[in-house]
Formats: sequence, structure tokens, C-alpha cells
Amino acid sequence: MLPQSLLRRVGRRSLLAGAAATVLLLGAVSAHAQDTLKLGLVAAMSGQSAKSGEAIVRGLSIAVDEVNAKGGLLGKKVELIVRDDESNPAKGAIAARELVQREKVVALFGGLDTPVSLAIVPFANSNKVPFMGVWAAGTPITRNGAPENYVFRVSAVDELVDKALVDYAIAKHSTKKPGMILINNPWGESNEKGLKAALEAKKIPYAGIEKFETNDVDVVPQLARLKEAGADVLFLVANVAPSSQVVKSLDRMGWNVPIVSHWGPAGGRFSELAGPSASKVHFIQTYSFSGKLAPKGEAVLAALKKKYPEIKTLADVTPAVGIANAYDALHLTALAIAKAGSVDGPKVREAFYAIDSYDGLIKSYKKPFSPENQDALSEKDYIFTRFVEGEILPLTQ
Amino acid sequence: MYGLIALGFHVTYVVSSTVNFSQGSSVMLGAVLGWVFAVRLGWPMPAAFAASLLLCAAFGLLVERTLVRPFAARGSSAWLMATVAGGIVVDNAVLFTFGKEPRSFPALLTGKPIELLGTGVYPLQIVIPLVGLGLAAAFSLVLHQTRPGKAMLAVVQNADTARLMGINVRRTIALAYALSTALAGLAGLLIAPLFSVHSDMGTLFGIKAFAVAILGGIGSAPGVILAGLIYGVSEALITALFGSVYTQIAMFTVIIVALALLPQGLLGRAAVKKV
Repeated sequence: MLPQSLLRRVGRRSLLAGAAATVLLLGAVSAHAQDTLKLGLVAAMSGQSAKSGEAIVRGLSIAVDEVNAKGGLLGKKVELIVRDDESNPAKGAIAARELVQREKVVALFGGLDTPVSLAIVPFANSNKVPFMGVWAAGTPITRNGAPENYVFRVSAVDELVDKALVDYAIAKHSTKKPGMILINNPWGESNEKGLKAALEAKKIPYAGIEKFETNDVDVVPQLARLKEAGADVLFLVANVAPSSQVVKSLDRMGWNVPIVSHWGPAGGRFSELAGPSASKVHFIQTYSFSGKLAPKGEAVLAALKKKYPEIKTLADVTPAVGIANAYDALHLTALAIAKAGSVDGPKVREAFYAIDSYDGLIKSYKKPFSPENQDALSEKDYIFTRFVEGEILPLTQ
Repeated sequence: MYGLIALGFHVTYVVSSTVNFSQGSSVMLGAVLGWVFAVRLGWPMPAAFAASLLLCAAFGLLVERTLVRPFAARGSSAWLMATVAGGIVVDNAVLFTFGKEPRSFPALLTGKPIELLGTGVYPLQIVIPLVGLGLAAAFSLVLHQTRPGKAMLAVVQNADTARLMGINVRRTIALAYALSTALAGLAGLLIAPLFSVHSDMGTLFGIKAFAVAILGGIGSAPGVILAGLIYGVSEALITALFGSVYTQIAMFTVIIVALALLPQGLLGRAAVKKV
């Protein structure tokens, strides 16, 4: 109920006008909504990880434009609807519900945060809505044990990344006793398990496991403990800002130790934040726009520059993984929907398994999904990279 | 570092018994404005520092005028929530204007680490506590030796009597707020070269600094600075000795225990009403 005083102040006429305008607006929106096929994205659009959401939106939008240029899907134009999860699992779950139940999206796409994706997985499975991960690497997102699994992914998988990190540290640095410096959250924890398992499989002991917080200014105490314990390589798992705090702390200690990292540093201006030592960090990626690109890469980069004039150099197409994973994920989803000939969840799910091949940005996909493996990328698709003057450049082993 | 922000809590508390819970945002504002002036506009460092501190002080005046005075005047404690909300508004406004990405502050006294007690330390890391101690000393000098300082003390004692004595209580409280946000802004500027500049960098500092202020005894400037130093050193020590997993648990447990044993803080005095 509106208080009388407010009613009087605003005036009944303007209230009525406002109500009428709202009704008209709602009518217009729903009339417009009838003739599009909607796809939903739940990702971090604000806060520290906002850059990741922006990259995903860009990758998806370029692919949506391409699909629409070829006539859309099932005779309808494709429309992307974006919701901000603020990196908060509860908000992500509500946003997913709202997108499916109110906006009637046909499929959901996920963002960077593993905890948010994990909160959406049970909802997607019980409501039979395909949920496509394009970033969050948490192992149990796709391997969730549901009898009918509606969760697919075009991104790295922590368990496989950890194996790749250990393999790289052995091949490149012949590590005998690596140490771990991990962000203190579920992502860090998931990798702590993965790294331990991967090291155990190779019968390599670890010097120690240290955790740090996102807003820690000084990581020297943790690093000093690892140094004391005789670490010869550091495994780093953290997003861009905390990762740069680790690099700066190493500088201060004067400790020159090889760093093998998950893809956190790719999420922003790592070389600006971490200084010249940024290039010492070797990290994993699924894609890089640098160097000689395949025709598909050139085409996507050109489309990005055209649609987003603020992209001027390759340093502006970070994080490339977000753009590339999202781009391929949208095309794979579009293929599945076209193949299913329907927006019915179970039919689309079956159609994902029936995709034969797709010539994508990251690679040429052959039978990308099966009920046993709902991840389209494997450790063979990972590349190691480093920052050189603001650009992510691939490393050869 | 914590001491500087906590000193800001202290200043407004002693003068008006209110606290600006958006201190964390003032820290962020100091660093972000400094970055904008020094990097984006390319101003020389001293000018960037001065401009950023002035704007921080202006922010303090704004907070006092819009978020504290209207509520405190009615005897309501809603200023508590209002300043928290104000901080969130500012953080998000900066998110949209400054951008979503963390940026790097130009190196300042962070060129070459010097060897101290077995680890490398940047000169800046020694400067920060010195600035804190210096400011605390200067602060108590100003408070006891100058007219505006004495006016502040009078307002602390009894606002009504001070008003009768011809002291502008409103202006004194506003001044305290400007001073407190400028202190937080200075902390932000000093920490920026060691850290990265982004819109939510201040939140955790704000919370920790409030804990420090309470620990030191929010009514005592030397106590607050002392508690800041103790807090910072113990944080590093606990991490070095027991590992980082235990740092936050141990620190905040210590704070709870310390408050149970010394309810007035380290150097605080019991709030005795003088009649």
C-alpha cells in the first residue's frame, strides 16, 4: 500500500500514466519475445571477475550474430539474455530459475565461478534444461553423478588441468619437490585435491600447501614457508589480482623460482599488475589470439573488433579463453538445437551426443560429447602461455 | 596501515560518538583517485596525492552531511546502516566509472627491496608505519595545542556546553569527518603501490581497521596506532609460524579474547559519564 501522503504528492494522474506506460512496455516486450529463441547466460558481470563476464558475452554475441546471419535457429532469431550472478551462488541459482521459468530460455550458459555453476547444476538436471559451462573448471560440474546429465562444457576441467600442470613442471623444470600456493576458496580447494592426486600418481612429494586471501597485500610469510621447505617449483591457483601479489612478494624476497599456474593470470592486465616478473609465470590456456591464426581465428578477431570498437590491440581481447570457449560453446549448442529440431530439453540433450563434427575456433571437434564424457576439451587441447608486454603468448615446451 | 584507517574511526568517534563505516571505501577512493590523477591524467605525484586527499576530505564532508547528521540529529542510530550503504554505493559507482579491472599503481619507493631481518622489504613498507606514528603524534599535538584542536576536545567533553561557549559544534564534527576520510585516503594511496587498485579493494581493510580501532580502544589515538602495529605484525607472524590457513581464524579469535579481557581496548578508558 502506498501511503496517502505519497499518493497526494506524486499525483494520481501521473501514477496512472506510469501504470499505463508499464503495461504498454510489458506488452511490447512479451510480443517481441514470441518470435525469438532465447538463450540465457548467468555470469559475473560486476565485481572482481566482471571482466570474465564481459569476455563471455562477447564470445557468445559474435556466435549469435553468425547464427542469426544464417537465418537463426528453427526459423527464429536467437536472442541472448544476460543475468549477473555477482559471483554469488544463491544469486546465480535464482537467476537461472528466473531465466528458465519466466524468460523461457532454451539453454543456459555459465560463467567463471565454480561455486555458482555447482549451484545451478541440480536445477538444470531436474528441470531438463541443457546447461553449458564455458569457463568454470570445477571437476564435479559436468561429472555430477546425475542419471540424466544435462550439463555440458567447453572449457578446462580442474582435474585434467592439475595433471597437465604437474606434467609440465616435470617436463620443463624436472621438479622434485613442488610447493602449492592456492587461493583460499572452493576453487583453490578443488585444485589442492587435483594437484595432490596428480603428484601422487607421479610419486612426487610436495614441499607444502599454502593458502592466501584475495585481498592479501603481502604473501611473503606463506612463500617463505615454502622456500624453507625446499620447494623447487610453485603451483599457483588464483585470479589475476591475487596472482600478481604472489609475483610481487617473490620479487621482494628475491626468490627466483619457476611458477606453473592455472589460468587465473589470464583474467586481466597481469603484466601491468605484477610488473616485469609477470613473464616468469607459465600458465595454462585453451586458446590464444596471438601469433599466426587459423582463418577462423582471424574471422572471429575481425568480428570482435568490428562489434566492439574498444578492442584495439590483442591485450584487449583478454581473457581469450572466455571469448573462445563461449564462441565454440554457442555454436555447438546451436548445432544440437538444430539437430534436435526442437527446443525440448531431452531432445536437445540427445542431439548433443549426436553432433558429428564442428570446425571450431579452438579446434576441430569430432564427436565432442558422449554420455560418458560431457567435456568437449581434454588435456590435449591445453596450451601453456605467458605474458609478454601485455600479450599472452604461447610457449613451446 | 591498519592504524591509519583506524585512526579515522577514532577521530569521528571521539568528537561525535558516530563512526563512518564507509572508511573502506575512502581507502579505495584515495587509491583510485590517485591512480586517475597520476596515471590517466599524468600529474606529478605530489599534485596527485594532494588532489586525491582533498577529494577524500570532501567525500568525508558529504558523508557527514547526508549520511550521519540527519540521523544523529534525531538521536537515531540509522547512520550506522546509512554509512554502510553509502560505502556500497560508492564502491559500485567506482566499479562503473573506474572500470572492472584491477589496475597497477606506479612504483613509489618500491624500486629495490632492502634486506631487513632476513627478508626483503620495500622502503615504502617502513615508511607506512612511520607515517602512522608521525600522524598520531602530530594529531595529539594539534588536539592539545591549537584552537581547533581544543575546540574538538571541548565538543568531546560536552557538546552542549561547547556550543554555549561559542564553539561551532557542527563545523567541528564535519571537520573530524573530513580528517577521517583523508586519513583513510592516505592509507589507500600508501598501500596502492604494494597492491593493485580496484573498486572493492577497501572493504576488507575497513573491517580489519574497525577491529583494530576497537582493539586499541577507539577513544585513544596512541592505542589505535599501537593496535594497528600489533595487528599487522601478528598477522604476519601467525602466517609464518602456523601457515596461512589459520591466519584469519587466529587473528579474530585473539581479538575476541582480547576484548573479553580488556573491554576498553589496549589503551582505552572506561566511558565514565562526567556529571
